[in-house]
Amino acid sequence: MTLTPAELTSAVSGGIGTSPQRPDGNLKVRGEFAYASDLWHEDMIWGATLRSPHPYARITSVDITEALKVPGVYAVLTADDVPGRNLYGLEHKDQPVLAVDVVRYQGEPIALVGADHPETALRAMKKIVVTYEVLEPVVDMETAVDDTPLHPGGNLVRHVPIRRGSQDVTAEVVVTGRYEVGMQDQAFLGPESGLAVPASDGSVDLYIATQWLHVDRDQIAAALGLPQEQVRLTLSGVGGAFGGREDLSMQVHACLLALHTGKPVKMVYNREESFYGHVHRHPAVLYYEHGADHTGKLVYVRTRMYLDGGAYASSTPAVVANAATLGVGPYEVDNVTVDAYGVYTNNPPCGAMRGFGAVQAGFAYESQMDKLAEALGMSPVDVRVRNAMTEGSVMPTGQVVDSAAPVAQLLKLVQDKPLPAGTSSDIRELPGGVSNTTHGEGVVRRVGYAVGIKNICFSEGYDDYSTARVRVSMVNGSLSAAVHTAACEVGQGLVTIMQQIVRTELGIERVTVLPMDTTIGNGGSTSASRQTYVTGGAVKAACALVRDKLAGRTDIGDEVIDETTEWRHRATEAIDPVTGQGNAHVQYGFAAHRAVVDVDVDLGLVRVVALDCAQDVGKALNPQAVVGQIQGGSAQGLGLAVMEEIQTSGGKVRNPSFTDYLIPTVLDMPPMSIDVLELADPHAPYGIRGVGEPPTISSTPAIVAAIRAATGLALTRVPVRPEHLTGT
Amino acid sequence: MRVNVTVNGEQRQADDVWEGESLLFMLRERLGLPGSKNACEQGECGSCTVYLDNVPVCACLVAAGQAQDRSVRTVEGLAEGDQLDPVQEAFVEAGAVQCGFCTPGLVVQAHDLLDRVPNPSDPEIREALAGNLCRCTGYEKILDAVRLAASRR
Ligand code: FES
Ligand code: FES
Repeated sequence: MTLTPAELTSAVSGGIGTSPQRPDGNLKVRGEFAYASDLWHEDMIWGATLRSPHPYARITSVDITEALKVPGVYAVLTADDVPGRNLYGLEHKDQPVLAVDVVRYQGEPIALVGADHPETALRAMKKIVVTYEVLEPVVDMETAVDDTPLHPGGNLVRHVPIRRGSQDVTAEVVVTGRYEVGMQDQAFLGPESGLAVPASDGSVDLYIATQWLHVDRDQIAAALGLPQEQVRLTLSGVGGAFGGREDLSMQVHACLLALHTGKPVKMVYNREESFYGHVHRHPAVLYYEHGADHTGKLVYVRTRMYLDGGAYASSTPAVVANAATLGVGPYEVDNVTVDAYGVYTNNPPCGAMRGFGAVQAGFAYESQMDKLAEALGMSPVDVRVRNAMTEGSVMPTGQVVDSAAPVAQLLKLVQDKPLPAGTSSDIRELPGGVSNTTHGEGVVRRVGYAVGIKNICFSEGYDDYSTARVRVSMVNGSLSAAVHTAACEVGQGLVTIMQQIVRTELGIERVTVLPMDTTIGNGGSTSASRQTYVTGGAVKAACALVRDKLAGRTDIGDEVIDETTEWRHRATEAIDPVTGQGNAHVQYGFAAHRAVVDVDVDLGLVRVVALDCAQDVGKALNPQAVVGQIQGGSAQGLGLAVMEEIQTSGGKVRNPSFTDYLIPTVLDMPPMSIDVLELADPHAPYGIRGVGEPPTISSTPAIVAAIRAATGLALTRVPVRPEHLTGT
Repeated sequence: MRVNVTVNGEQRQADDVWEGESLLFMLRERLGLPGSKNACEQGECGSCTVYLDNVPVCACLVAAGQAQDRSVRTVEGLAEGDQLDPVQEAFVEAGAVQCGFCTPGLVVQAHDLLDRVPNPSDPEIREALAGNLCRCTGYEKILDAVRLAASRR
């Protein structure tokens, strides 16, 4: 197997608005698509990572002598062997590549072993002797700021206040609540992995599964003390991401071992290590107060929210900003008070996961809207429609929403969908399934609704761009195009979209997607639902340059037209640090869900019977992929609603396996009927609106609303567990 | 230890296999067949599903030595040259493949289901695939793919 991924060529019709097959589909179904964990190199050795068993401890000594003596071991490395800056991080450089003197979370890397077999590496790892002075961990996000400081600047990562309108206005109807969101894991199936190959000149090539090649490269180069051009990254097959690959995991470690031993080094986490090896969704505690008049019109929303960033900052500052700026949901509210706090603790580090701050706020504000509906005697849909934002509405930041915001329409679409047939008599379709816990007795069916809002692309003044290169030449007498970017395909189907854009722009059917790597400029992150928007925009712009040179010709002989360009979306602004006012976001995405849920109220077992969604995507460049994103996002929301949580106790993870951390199986997922609206955003390429994240936000509260309706319980925490329903 | 095993119809031999090594590791790292995936290596995800003597198993739960003198069929052995198996074809067409990490296991499992039950009902499909996790699709298009493959076989 070669390390460089296959070029993906398809010669079919299929421009934008159609659903041609993925160019990597055949390789994937044949088992021939090379994921990062599949890579192999002559002479390669295996890397392993020694991690802290303690959430918080001082390291008093590290002794590697015995580990080095194990036959088959090539190297054992500690912080002393990091030649460059032993700190990295997406927003704050606060996380050591290998721990120095102190460990701040369970699972923090301390030492690395390179050996001839993964088992040798594990055995040698067990011979490293680390002595610790165990310290009392900080684990409560609400009191962390006043607790033992874990970093030089204290435990507050970021406070985002928003002050809009009156701060002391009163209202006829007031509902308050305290909500909790558990720590969710991205649980991508392809484990963290990569292969580092050292070159004779001291440089290194890394074949890696990641979400952002250039930001990885910059952090790796700094840690290795190498100029950026001596660290070359190529994207390998990525087995899902969902935010969990935005931060570094084994990237620097594999490169360190490779440069130290002069051998190619492969590292592959197993599932348990994967739970320790990447950041998770921030758990959160959110206090809300909603005031409305007797017609249901919101007068004010006040909220104070805490997001637990864990031991290192990762993307906490941006997550907190999202939770704050999107904190009232897709509603018009004139008077808003928000205080959102992201804090350090000794819990596992938290950062990006699909929905990124909007998920936590979404569960809380939608729960509040249901509570308000109940207090007013209105229906959940009516109270939402009464307050629904539209194009022209003003956000709590003062930003005017300047493209479609069809919130009421989305709610009505899901409300009008046909309901599933009554409770089944097939036990496989009842709560508890083949465990045969009920034949329908004790089962109550109810419906819940929710709607959510998500910012699309990077915010707060970030220079968010992508680079694309399009090359056209003659192949077998016809024009053929190749497209090259550094934008990461992680499963979402960007490779297909890029081919479609080239076909539409240039009228060329045969399009090759070249491997994604750092020989071209930055493609930006595969996150914030931004790649179709930004890299799609860059590919479209590069095509326009090529089209000028083609000048209508269908035969260009030996000529090669090769154009590279950068493309950026319109600028955003920082928000005011005191009032939170500013045009922080580029675009907003909206989705609404209706959940139909059967609850066995005696046993506390839940079965989601239907989970229908309506979403505006501006323009569906690939309708099949759009629906796939919405269904996949809805499934992750279902997971958060009823099963998924990394449980910690005293900072320690209690369930780092797929035996104990459950994600939805095909038995847990209901049929999902999806309505896609296409209301073009005039500011975006082809009018598109980012798709990946909005469905993850509204799915969770819709399901919980249905469970509440079935049980009459308040249910202020997700995931909802059977014991929450039975009180046992 | 040395293991002799028939893989996808070919007699293969692996040397220096450790006692604790799984069939999955042997296939992926010693026999050059990384198609079967390693999403959990503890029997919870189904990404490593292969046929062992015509019965689907999680290759991560089978010791390499247990495959001695037996016959293994992996995802790499389903297509006939360029001709995909109908299950493989249906997965691509239906949009059942996103990241694709679950796909090899699901394709083998669905292949076995359709061999046993040519026209499965939805509950039968769900039951058969219950041991195969997918994090990307929410399973709707995987169900579509299995229905489509059933209609074509
Ligand atoms: S890798 Fe074998 S079941 Fe998950
Ligand atoms: S397609 Fe990614 S896990 Fe199934």
